[in-house]
Amino acid sequence: MRNDLTRSALAIVVFTLLLGLAYPLVMTGVAQVAFPGKADGSLIQAGGKVTGSRLLARDVKDSPRYFHPRPSATDYSGSVTFFANRGPNQRSTRDLTRRHIDAYIKTEKPYTPRLTPARVPIDAATFSASGVDPDISKANAAIQAHRIAAVRHVPLARVERLITANTDGRGLGVFGEPGVNTTTLNLALDQDVR
Amino acid sequence: MTEGFLQLAIFCAVIVATAPLLGGYMARVFREERVFLTPVLAPVERTLYRVLRVDPDRGQDWKAYGKSLIVFSTLFVLVLFAILRTQGLHPFNPEGFKSGSWDVSFNTATSFLTNTNWQFYGGESTLSYFSQMAGLAVQNFVSAAVGIAVLVALMRGIAARGGDGLLGNFYKDVTRILLYVLVPLAVVGTVVLVSQGVLQTLGATTGGIARGPVASQEAIKLLGTNGGGFFNVNSAFPLENPTAFSNFFEMWMILCIPASLPYAYGRIVGSRRQGWTIFGAMFALFAISVVVVYLAESHGTPAAHAAGLAGANLEGKEQRFGVASSSLFTAVTTVVSSGAVNTAFESLTGLGGLVPMVDLGFSESVFGGVGTGLYMMLLFVLLAVFIGGLMVGRTPEYLGKKIEPTDVKLVAIGALFTAMIVLVFTALAVGTKYGGPSTFASGPQGFSENFYAYLSQANNNGSAWAGYTGYVQPNAPGNVGAHGVTFADLMGGLAMVFGRYVPILAVLAVAGSLARKKVSPAGLGTMRTDTPTFGFLLVGVVVLIGALTFLPAFLLGPVVQSLSTNLF
Repeated sequence: MRNDLTRSALAIVVFTLLLGLAYPLVMTGVAQVAFPGKADGSLIQAGGKVTGSRLLARDVKDSPRYFHPRPSATDYSGSVTFFANRGPNQRSTRDLTRRHIDAYIKTEKPYTPRLTPARVPIDAATFSASGVDPDISKANAAIQAHRIAAVRHVPLARVERLITANTDGRGLGVFGEPGVNTTTLNLALDQDVR
Repeated sequence: MTEGFLQLAIFCAVIVATAPLLGGYMARVFREERVFLTPVLAPVERTLYRVLRVDPDRGQDWKAYGKSLIVFSTLFVLVLFAILRTQGLHPFNPEGFKSGSWDVSFNTATSFLTNTNWQFYGGESTLSYFSQMAGLAVQNFVSAAVGIAVLVALMRGIAARGGDGLLGNFYKDVTRILLYVLVPLAVVGTVVLVSQGVLQTLGATTGGIARGPVASQEAIKLLGTNGGGFFNVNSAFPLENPTAFSNFFEMWMILCIPASLPYAYGRIVGSRRQGWTIFGAMFALFAISVVVVYLAESHGTPAAHAAGLAGANLEGKEQRFGVASSSLFTAVTTVVSSGAVNTAFESLTGLGGLVPMVDLGFSESVFGGVGTGLYMMLLFVLLAVFIGGLMVGRTPEYLGKKIEPTDVKLVAIGALFTAMIVLVFTALAVGTKYGGPSTFASGPQGFSENFYAYLSQANNNGSAWAGYTGYVQPNAPGNVGAHGVTFADLMGGLAMVFGRYVPILAVLAVAGSLARKKVSPAGLGTMRTDTPTFGFLLVGVVVLIGALTFLPAFLLGPVVQSLSTNLF
């Protein structure tokens, strides 16, 4: 018993030092040297201040000049995350989904007159898992492109070129789904299209 | 749909290809043979034995092995609890998070001790980097190594020919598994994850983005089938799982060790066919899970249809993963007892949500947690041998060793105890007023939340129908005014402890009993355990025990939901 207590106590100290401090700190050093930008969170800086991350959605839903990411239950928080937890048979889920559809139609219909609830892309009417999903589907981006082109007074083709440039394909060509990164796309918009 | 099935097929092929490579390597590590890392790691290993005062040549019988394991685990959980309760005093706390309340800390400590990683805490909003690294990440490694060590002891017991009843040395096994298996894989995994954009920094929150040493913890969280995310939304968060490729890689990391252990087992008992038969039974159940959840999620939910949407269920899923990769992740993480999630389980369709429940109902024997999965499956193998023996009217034998009444009793305890905890605790939670404050949704969804909470915790999975809460945080962020839901925290903690250690002790006792048995040569009447027929029998036993035990509960929750288009 005493032997076990001593060994266990020693093991806890040694493993905590090796696995709890040495391992993460060494890996932090390696990551900072090998992938400095990525290890820091792919941050976006403006005027010396961090304003976001290229991998996280930003809350731009009030501005018609930007591509809107998917609905978020967390107000696009990057520091306090939780799931929306909307069940498949819940009335509240139906009501929230309706609200997303209505909001999307209200924003996009003036620029896409043929838009009906059945044509609203699914990703535009459902909460993402993380609340900060930066990606939207290609169909969603194609609809929003009409609004961007009209509001910014630029040809649709130019907006569509930017969409293509900010579309991530499937992983290794097979895995996941293609997505248009609204965060980098909006940055590109501001640079290219005044 | 074709693209979706292609993803599933390629992933499965990669896993089948991994099994003999990693499995062969692990078999050499378990048998203490030379591997390519030996020149580098052997000196470290020897130093560790000296520091820990371990005599590596001294074997332990099952009682000594179990005693070491229990003492080691008890001390460790006390240290972890202390770290969480004194968080305010530690370094690496740039946000100045306060210490956790006693009930949430108890739940979190047991959760990580038992390889469950159930999250009643919000990682990025309540835990300091010190707690995450020195507290949780250490347990991610150690609890995984302990699980594998118990499996190794059982494998030695089954393979033993000496009859001295020795199972190896607990401290030596844990040390070797950490050094030769978990740490090297975690180092490689961390680098790959950071290359995809996963955070790895000690820098504080900036521009409203919580940060931290995420990748190093993510790697072992997946490899050790732990599952507790740095962030509350786990592998759904883009800085924890940024790309479709990182998602693929994360799924591979979850499954690589559990899928390779049956092959290692085959090598150790001297017959690869034994290993492949068990792998085949696991794989069949896994493949069915994947296909069912994918088809169900492609169909969409009644709530979305009622709102006017047509098509797949993207609620609570990320665009970059889509339905196929989210479904695959869901099946992988629940058969494997990992509990990492890239999807909100609460938002799965009725039938899609049934799959994780059934997977957990198999008592994590289908691949399962690292080590725990295969030792649970070996209990089912012994059960199948026993049932098969009764059918053909002979004394049941497994690999030349007679399975006697004592063994079967121990197997029954190991295989059924967890199920009992799940059902009793769920009944207490839904039958009394104490479960109420934790429950979020109404109707069958609310029942599913309660049931899944205890199913997941007792089976040491850690994924959640996240509507079920044990933790209320009124003034986010900063952990100010946070308090736990004491009932949920305590019941969950107890479920995790009993769900882990009762089967472990039963398994070690079986191992000790088998290690002492004489080997009799196989005769004409011996039931073979390396044939497809036995594979089918094994699947039958697992499904029967999983399904029969939990069928009434499944009916009350996800089955009602999948049969009905009503809204609640």
